[in-house]
Amino acid sequence: MLNDFISQVGPSTVGGLASGAIYALIALGYTMVYGVLRLINFAHSEIFMIGSFAALFVINLMGITGPLSGIALVGTMLLLLLASMAASGGAAVVLERVAYRPLRRRGASRLAALISAIGASIFLQELFALVIIPEVFDRPSQGRNQVPVPRLFDRETVFSIGNTDIRNDHLFIIVAAVVMMVLLDVFVNRTRIGRGIRATSQDPETAVLMGVNIDSIIRTTFLVGGAMAGVAALLYAMEFENLRFNVGFLLGVKAFTAAVLGGIGNLRGALLGGLMLGLIENWGSIFFGSEWKDVIAFSVLVLVLLFRPTGILGESLQRARA
Amino acid sequence: MNANSNVRDGNPLTALRRTVGGYTDGVRDWWATAPRWARWTVYALLIALAIVAPSDAIGSFMSPHSHWASLLFSPIGTYVLLAVGLNVVVGQAGLLDLGFVAFYAIGAYTMAIFGTKYGWDFWPVLVVGIFMTAVSGIILGSPTLRLRGDYLAIVTLGFGEIVRITAQNTEYIGGSRGITNIPHPQPIFGVEFFLDPLPYYYLLLAAIILVVIFAKRLERSRVGRAWEAIREDEDAAELMGVPTFKFKLLAFFIGAMIGGLTGVIWASKVIAIQPPNFPFILSATILAAVVLGGSGNLPGVMIGAFLIAWLPERFRGFADYRILIFGAALVLTMALRPEGLLPPRRRRAVSGAVTKPETPPAGGDEAGDDRPAEEVAK
Repeated sequence: MLNDFISQVGPSTVGGLASGAIYALIALGYTMVYGVLRLINFAHSEIFMIGSFAALFVINLMGITGPLSGIALVGTMLLLLLASMAASGGAAVVLERVAYRPLRRRGASRLAALISAIGASIFLQELFALVIIPEVFDRPSQGRNQVPVPRLFDRETVFSIGNTDIRNDHLFIIVAAVVMMVLLDVFVNRTRIGRGIRATSQDPETAVLMGVNIDSIIRTTFLVGGAMAGVAALLYAMEFENLRFNVGFLLGVKAFTAAVLGGIGNLRGALLGGLMLGLIENWGSIFFGSEWKDVIAFSVLVLVLLFRPTGILGESLQRARA
Repeated sequence: MNANSNVRDGNPLTALRRTVGGYTDGVRDWWATAPRWARWTVYALLIALAIVAPSDAIGSFMSPHSHWASLLFSPIGTYVLLAVGLNVVVGQAGLLDLGFVAFYAIGAYTMAIFGTKYGWDFWPVLVVGIFMTAVSGIILGSPTLRLRGDYLAIVTLGFGEIVRITAQNTEYIGGSRGITNIPHPQPIFGVEFFLDPLPYYYLLLAAIILVVIFAKRLERSRVGRAWEAIREDEDAAELMGVPTFKFKLLAFFIGAMIGGLTGVIWASKVIAIQPPNFPFILSATILAAVVLGGSGNLPGVMIGAFLIAWLPERFRGFADYRILIFGAALVLTMALRPEGLLPPRRRRAVSGAVTKPETPPAGGDEAGDDRPAEEVAK
């Protein structure tokens, strides 16, 4: 058992960091919306799903069928990134307008908003399974099956640490995620809009009095959180090369777990929580087998919350809860 | 954030909302002041209606696409009972549980395991099943109920998934193939339980009536008042001397028992169960039923569960699109009536300025609408 672990720990660390980076990017959307509205944006998983299909749509549009290299690869990647970020961010803004704002205006309970989000989530999944995948992706009556994504670049070992090969795709995911995190951190902590977001999450009433346009801040929060899910969506599509109408569900649950693990409302907590969750899942799978992966993830969540009820880093974006 | 109530008054959605709202509120005001005999007449009529419900005359309208009596048992009856159980946790104690299906699954698996492996009959298993789910409610609750709000939601969601995946990965209980050949209940009072759904429906109906009486009595007891206090303000309740942890655990315990009861009855009819019978979406659907009907108000919750179980079956003619429509309908209903179709009276009084359809106090409507996000959060 221990020998197994030692021989597999390297590769599963790399794999864990890569999937953890994807969790972390999705977790940012949950954490930002939660920070501002105190609301689980349950349909965030579908925002992710929309981004992944947007990436595939552009891949099909460009007629890509095999691996690329050089300038073509860089250009394509940037274009895909733009497409999936725009699709996810746009979808998140529409979602806020349709499913949340009418309730917010009426002073509805958080439970009502949660049900509205679950409704939106069901609607979007079914929309893809029934209409968009069969029609737009030309898979009639196979809307519920997996849709393959062509390989974008050849996977090669970039360098090795000990007996662990570091592949370019894993490296790309981790680097891309960290870059995005840093950009977001700067955005929230250094810009005027970021200050509005922080003010709103601390005390919406006072923020309004100080001249913050709360509707615009909420819209921006959804846009930015959605765009991060779009980045995650592209990375996921590239790495796992299979999409489905419900691809967002498990990832969404995991990402929310990651956000809670790190301390919901806390951006750095989302990164830490995502990476930790990815690592623990993959390490745990060595001992218990990969079919127990999700059980391990949730058990860790319960254990962490028992000892740190507000997550590892605490809820820093918001004021301490009563 | 500026008040624009003049603009919204011309909004057709607003007009519809007020019409529907005014109607249901009128019924409820009558009900609150109705004399005792009137209430008992309504109860008797409702039970009589439930007893004759499986008849073909009703069925041909209610369900042109599927066998009506089967539908009445599952999903309608099971959803109603599950919603009554979840209402204890969510509606009364205010604990957001996203993994309620776990208790349903544990009840169903208890029936399946004891029925097939040990040859037990339904009736003793019923007792064991309720006991098992009650214990699992405590096992889940005691470490997690110190958490609040959304932390509890995600942990319960995780628990639901853990139970389903564990069932899937454990060969002893059939793994992903599930368990087949679950025995039907032995005859009782000369009623045979076999393939005909009718006896099961009446069994479930009896369970629903008993559980509703139990839940209603509980709501009006010291326990119910303690739950209400916890739901409205946990810190204040604690300061007033309510042992909040104990009562939250009790809510989980009772909710779990009702979920388990449903699971045992359901498993005794369906012959075979599999892990995919207990997906997260079922928890979400039951929660939607509770909130749609009016979280905390038993008649509302039962109507919500009935509608959520029945409407997709009634419109089977739309084939696949019914789930799509279901999702859109949830969003629309919450936008129209976020407090549910039949919210509890007391809570309506609190947010009266917002929901009261006629003669809002001067400026009251605007004040209600302009509450900032923090208010929404509560």
